[in-house]
Amino acid sequence: MTVIAQNLVWGVRRKGIVNDVSLSVARGETLGLIGPNGSGKSSLLRLLSGLKSPQSGRVEILGQDIARVSRKALARQVAFVQQNAGTDTNVAVRDVVRLGRTPHRAALAGWTAEDERAVSTALEQVDMTDRRAQPWQTLSGGERQRVHIARALAQCPRVMFLDEPTNHLDIHHQIEILRMVRGLDMTSVIALHDLNLAAMFCDRIVVLQAGTVVACGPPAEVLTQALLREVFRVRAEVSLDAPLTQPHIRFLAA
Amino acid sequence: MPATVTTDQTDDGSVLRLGGAFALADLTGLHKALMRAAAAGPVTVDLTEVTRLDTAAAWAIAEAEKAAQSAGHALHLEGADEGAAALIDTVRAALPDPDTQTKPAFSLLHWLDGFGRSVAAGGVFLSQLLGILGVFIARLGRSVLHPSEFRLTSLVHHCQEVGLKAVPIVALMAFLIGVVLAFQGAAQLRQFGAEVFVVDLIAVSILRELGILLTAIIVAGRTASAFTAAIGSMKMREEIDAMRTLGIDPATALIVPRVLALLLMLPILGMIANATGLFGGALMSWIELGISPGLFVTRLVENTDVSHLMVGTIKAPFFAIVIGIVGCHAGLQVGNNAESLGRQTSAAVVTAIFSVIVIDALFSVFFAQVGI
Repeated sequence: MTVIAQNLVWGVRRKGIVNDVSLSVARGETLGLIGPNGSGKSSLLRLLSGLKSPQSGRVEILGQDIARVSRKALARQVAFVQQNAGTDTNVAVRDVVRLGRTPHRAALAGWTAEDERAVSTALEQVDMTDRRAQPWQTLSGGERQRVHIARALAQCPRVMFLDEPTNHLDIHHQIEILRMVRGLDMTSVIALHDLNLAAMFCDRIVVLQAGTVVACGPPAEVLTQALLREVFRVRAEVSLDAPLTQPHIRFLAA
Repeated sequence: MPATVTTDQTDDGSVLRLGGAFALADLTGLHKALMRAAAAGPVTVDLTEVTRLDTAAAWAIAEAEKAAQSAGHALHLEGADEGAAALIDTVRAALPDPDTQTKPAFSLLHWLDGFGRSVAAGGVFLSQLLGILGVFIARLGRSVLHPSEFRLTSLVHHCQEVGLKAVPIVALMAFLIGVVLAFQGAAQLRQFGAEVFVVDLIAVSILRELGILLTAIIVAGRTASAFTAAIGSMKMREEIDAMRTLGIDPATALIVPRVLALLLMLPILGMIANATGLFGGALMSWIELGISPGLFVTRLVENTDVSHLMVGTIKAPFFAIVIGIVGCHAGLQVGNNAESLGRQTSAAVVTAIFSVIVIDALFSVFFAQVGI
C-alpha cells in the first residue's frame, strides 16, 4: 500500500469536516474521490498531503508517517495540484514548471540537464510546450490548470494528489490529462465532480458524504442508481455495457 | 374579468368579497381594504367569485391574517378553491419571521464579559506575535548554520523596497521637520536673545527622538502595509500552501528576508533622516537667525554629546523588528477573501505605528531612569 490513512478526523471548531476516514491506495492505483459540495473532498486531500494536520488519526505514505517526515523529503515523493492556486507575481509558464524541481535541487546547485528534461517532459505531457515563454497572467483558467499539473509532474512524484484538476478544462484536455495521469507509473488520488470521468479513469472510487466514506470500490460497484439518488440526490440511469466494465451514467431531468 | 373587492359589515365583523382575476395592479387596493378590515375586527374573506389569484393577492391575504392575529382577531377564508388555498399556504410559509433580535440591555455583566474577551484576545495576539518573532529568530539561526538556505536575492530585493525606495520621502520629511524646529525655536529663543541655542534644540530633538521616530512611523505606514498585502494575497491565493507542497518553508522564504531587510535598513534610514534634519535646521537658522553654517557646525560639534545620537540609533532595531513582525503576522492572518486582506492591512499599519510610539515612550522612561 502506498498511501494509508487511518481514522482521520479534522474539523473547524465543533463542526466535523472529516469524520473518521480510513482508506488505502495501492501502488500505481488511481483512486477517485467523489461526493457533493462540502462533503470534505478537499479537506481530505489536504490532510493526506500533510497541508493540514489531523486532530486524530495518521497518514502513511510509502511506509512513512508524514507527520514525521520533513516537508522537503515529502515534496520529493508527493505532489499536490490545488483547486485554485494563483499568483500576482509576473512569472512565465516555464518558471512555474521549474518551481516543481525545487525539492530535488540542492540549495546552490545549478540547473542540471535532468531538471531541464523533467521540465520539458512535463510541459509536453500537458500540451503546453509552445506556450513556455508566455506570462502566467495572460493564461486562461484551463491553461493555468494545465501548467499547475505540469509543475506537479516536474516534481517527479511517486504519489500525486489532484483536487478537481479538470475544472476549467475543455473536454479534450479533461480526458487527455486524466488518461495521462492514469498512464503514469504513479499512485494518484483525484477529487472529481464528473462522475462519468471518474468511472472512466479511476481504478477505485471513494464516495464521501458529510465527511464520512459511504462507499468504496470499483466504479461498477459503487456508482449505482441507489447511491446516486442517496448521496447526490439525482435521478440517473446507470448502464453497464458488460458486467464489471465502466458504468455509464445518464442523468434524468426531474 | 377585472378584480373587485366589496366590504360588508355584519354582526360578526366585516366580510370581504373578492371577485374576478387578481393581478399585481390590484394589490394596492386589496391590501389597503384587507388591512383596514383586519385592524378593525374579525374578518371573513370570501374567495368564491375569484377566477384567478396571483401571488401578490395571496401575500396581501397572508399579511392581513398576520395583522389580524397580532390585533387579537381572527381571519377566516371562505370559498377558496384548491389552487388558491395551496398558494396562500405557500406564501404564508414563506413570509419572513419578524426580526426578533433586540439589542441586549447594558449590564455590568455584559461589559465585563466583553472586557474579558478583549483582554484575552489581546493576550492571544501578543503570544502570536511572540511566536512569529521566535520563528524569525529560529529560521535566522538556521540560516547562519546552513548559509546555503539563505535567500540573498530576496533580502536584496526587500532592502531595495524597504530602504532605497523610502529614502526620498524620509529625507524630505526630516528636512521639513528640521526647518520647522528651527523656525519655531527661533521665534521663542529670540525673546531671550538666546538665538544660538537653537542649534542645541535642533540637534538634541532630532538626533535623540524625532529623526528615528518619524522615520519609523513612515516606514511602519509604508512597509507594514506592504508586508501584510504581499503575504496576505499569497495566503489568499493558496500560494503559501503551494510553497509547502514544494517543500519550501514559508517562514524562511517570506518572513526572514523581510524582517532582516527592515533590521538592516531602518538604522540607515534613521541616519539619513538625522542628516537631512540637521541640514534643514542649519539652513533655516542661517536664513532666519543669521547663524552661519560654520557657527552651526561648531556649536553642534562642541555642545552636542554623541550619546544623543546613540540613544536615537539604538531604538532603530527594536522599531524594525516590531514593524516587520506586526506586518508579517497580519499577512498570515488573512483569510480567503479580499475583505479580510483590507482589514488586516489597515490593522497592521495602526498596530505598527502604535507599537513604535509605545516602545519609544518606554525607551524615554528607561533612559531617564538610567540618566543618559
